Amino acid sequence: MRLHTAGTAQGFQKAIVARVTTEPLPAGARRDAVLTLTSLESGPDSFRGYAALILQQRLDGNPISRPLVHSVREIDHLRSGHIVAIEPRNGFIRTLYRPESAHNTLFATERCNSNCLMCSQPPIDNDDIPALTDRNLKLIDLMSPAPEYLCITGGEPTLLGKHLLTILSKLRDAMPSTYVHILTNGRRFAWADFALQFAAVRHPNLSLGIPLYSDDAALHDYIVQARDAFDQTVLGLHQLARHGIETEIRVVLHALSVERLTHLADYICRNLTFVDHVAFMGLEHIGYAPRNMDELWIDPMDYQDQLERSVAILSRFGIDVRIYNLQLCVLRKSLWKYSKQSISDWKNVYSEVCDKCAVRERCGGFFQWATKLRSRGIHSIPA
Amino acid sequence: MARTFSTRATFRPSGDSYRLLPFRFHRLQKESEILVNECGEFVVAPAGTAEKVVRKRLSPAEGIYATLKAKHFIYDDYSSALLDILASKYRTKFEFIRGSTKLHIFVVTLRCDHSCHYCQVSRQTLNKGEFDMSKDVATKAVHMMLESPSPHITLELQGGEPLLAFDTIKFIVSIAKPGAARLGKEMDIVITSNLAFLTDEILDYCKAEHIKLSTSLDGPETIHNANRPRPGGDSYQVAIEGIKKARRALGADRVAALMTTTQLSLSQPKEIIDEYVRQSFHTIFLRPISPYGFAVKSSHRTGYETDAFLNFYRAGLSHILDINRRGYNLVEIYTKILLQKILTPEGTGYVDLQSPSGAGLNVLVYNYDGDVYATDESRMLAEMGDMTFRLGSVMENSRAEIFKKPPFVSLLQAACNQSLPGCSDCAFQPYCGSDPIYHHATQGDMVGHRATSGFCARNMKVMEYLFSLLQNGDSNIQDILWGWVTDRNLAEIRESVPQ
Repeated sequence: MRLHTAGTAQGFQKAIVARVTTEPLPAGARRDAVLTLTSLESGPDSFRGYAALILQQRLDGNPISRPLVHSVREIDHLRSGHIVAIEPRNGFIRTLYRPESAHNTLFATERCNSNCLMCSQPPIDNDDIPALTDRNLKLIDLMSPAPEYLCITGGEPTLLGKHLLTILSKLRDAMPSTYVHILTNGRRFAWADFALQFAAVRHPNLSLGIPLYSDDAALHDYIVQARDAFDQTVLGLHQLARHGIETEIRVVLHALSVERLTHLADYICRNLTFVDHVAFMGLEHIGYAPRNMDELWIDPMDYQDQLERSVAILSRFGIDVRIYNLQLCVLRKSLWKYSKQSISDWKNVYSEVCDKCAVRERCGGFFQWATKLRSRGIHSIPA
Repeated sequence: MARTFSTRATFRPSGDSYRLLPFRFHRLQKESEILVNECGEFVVAPAGTAEKVVRKRLSPAEGIYATLKAKHFIYDDYSSALLDILASKYRTKFEFIRGSTKLHIFVVTLRCDHSCHYCQVSRQTLNKGEFDMSKDVATKAVHMMLESPSPHITLELQGGEPLLAFDTIKFIVSIAKPGAARLGKEMDIVITSNLAFLTDEILDYCKAEHIKLSTSLDGPETIHNANRPRPGGDSYQVAIEGIKKARRALGADRVAALMTTTQLSLSQPKEIIDEYVRQSFHTIFLRPISPYGFAVKSSHRTGYETDAFLNFYRAGLSHILDINRRGYNLVEIYTKILLQKILTPEGTGYVDLQSPSGAGLNVLVYNYDGDVYATDESRMLAEMGDMTFRLGSVMENSRAEIFKKPPFVSLLQAACNQSLPGCSDCAFQPYCGSDPIYHHATQGDMVGHRATSGFCARNMKVMEYLFSLLQNGDSNIQDILWGWVTDRNLAEIRESVPQ
């Protein structure tokens, strides 16, 4: 699925966030709209008032004196109602929001205070926060109808500090019934004043997905490559619980986290009993993961015992468990009932062995980039 | 700037610097021991582990190092000890103390038609005036009950046979309910009765007032009738008919039964348990034999009784587990209470198995004559001439006075096993109680002597047994026991656990 394209930008200096329309709109409805066209057929007057134009045709000069990206390679994926960001510098057209998708996100920042060995989206140390915050605030203005679900991700969203509170307050006011899920390492919530300010927003429909990879502080810190991260995350989880904010714990499964997985389950039952659920997630082979694969790789077939025992510990205790990103053919049958189809629509694929598989419909399939390194257990399950 | 990765060694504690947090230990079998911390978190480890830990011979490279650290047994220079989290766990364990007295037992009359062997207090008389609670006493007792800070209280009406004083019950409920409502307290009401005098009028009343019934069922007909004589010798029949009638009127979940273990019961755990299943009960409480009444007069038998009770308990629990395995949900309450303390971060407010002891703190008994006792057993002792645990009287004292007077203060001094000789260094301390009243009754000393204490011997053995069950039990047993701990029936827990 295509989520970005590019062309040649003209006539604007600041990034534009606007809603796509493939059909011309009446003059009064053009302010936040970007019109897509294969070629210019009418005169400049018919484009007055649009936030921008996206044009497949190559233009010389700017005969319509509106912000414009021409020579765009691909425009077919842009549908009316999508929201895009258009960059003046490189003519990039990034799709930020698709009303028909169940997996819409606000991308908060590329920065992160951790540096996880298996990060699927490695951080970049640029100060992108003011610009991305502006973009996200505008995006929230344009989202219509409000989505049922919205994920705030990064990078590490809490690095936004007060800007995160601004975004969250805006979501609370603009779309209170939208369920907001923030993916964060939770470290910043160890500071009681930040946790308090965050809770004071009182978003009515909020949960936080927070990773914890081991009960062993040193091992967790090694995995996330940050000293004191374990202590901060655990204290952060407690601060959030104190304020009644819903949390889930996310455990990416790899050789290092599997090492003490049952101990981690025990730890959660004693120290983090308030969490809404625990999610175990298969490793994504993208970002940093390929670089650290010597240390991270364990065939999922080889950790089914640990996984089953950990799930038993948590579920006996009464904590809800979910398993993501693991194909049913490698997952022990006793664990199927925890498996959720979770891979976002835009990165979900199936393999050719899946064609003959009887449980394909119930299976999460693969990340589109998971095609290189695979479990030896991948096979089609007969009917 | 490209980011780089640090090696695993960068994130290791230095190794020779760990320090101890409070914990205790106990040899389980020849080759294993259990280490338990202040919050009841435990590690079962090879024998010698505790010594190794204490002598600082543990290396961070050993897997148990991280486990002991994560479970708050040790801490080191690598990271903070997360003492806030330990404190929060400690608070959770002792949450049951908050709110003070929750259970308020009103002895509305001493009169009873039964003459049970284990009861010292009942009176076979028709003279109402002599042994019934007067309106004046009842009013003052209700007032004292409502002074308890707890937002959720239980009013238990017992006797004697309380239904012989039904008018007194009605009077107490009529003033307690609006009183509790005025203070915003939630209040459960239970009548503890042998059900011999249950009428439709009484059942209608219980239904209208949302009152639960609790009765005695000591086992099958032979045991029940032998334990609980009554004119006609038909106490079993009367109880069973009463249970059925009450269930029809109030619903099965509003009628409970409790078993008292006697000498006669000890040899027949299966028969007793099967009777509970036959009567469609889903809980049974294999309670230790009471040291009061007749038992206290022959305290030399305590050792014998402890062994006999343990055999009774083990045989009973194994029979109960079999019954559950076959698909019938039956919870053994003694096991459930201990396992909740062992397996979860929560504490439980069961008077005999808590520290500080629940006597007075979590339960108060208001006798028919206005005397206030720490527990029902205290009242039994008083009937036998020992007034040690008469804390005061609703006629003379306020609640605050009672808690400042010598009887309660000396009780409280022996109420915390954290500071009792023999308990203070016991690994099972976080799971156990102190029971100063038992030790006073059996050893003449509230503090007591653990080496010869039946209470100690019994609970030590029961807990050792439970730990062996937890270590060695198959996943079926784990599911059943965890179902009890988390209030889920077997179908529900199997639905949620990998099978």
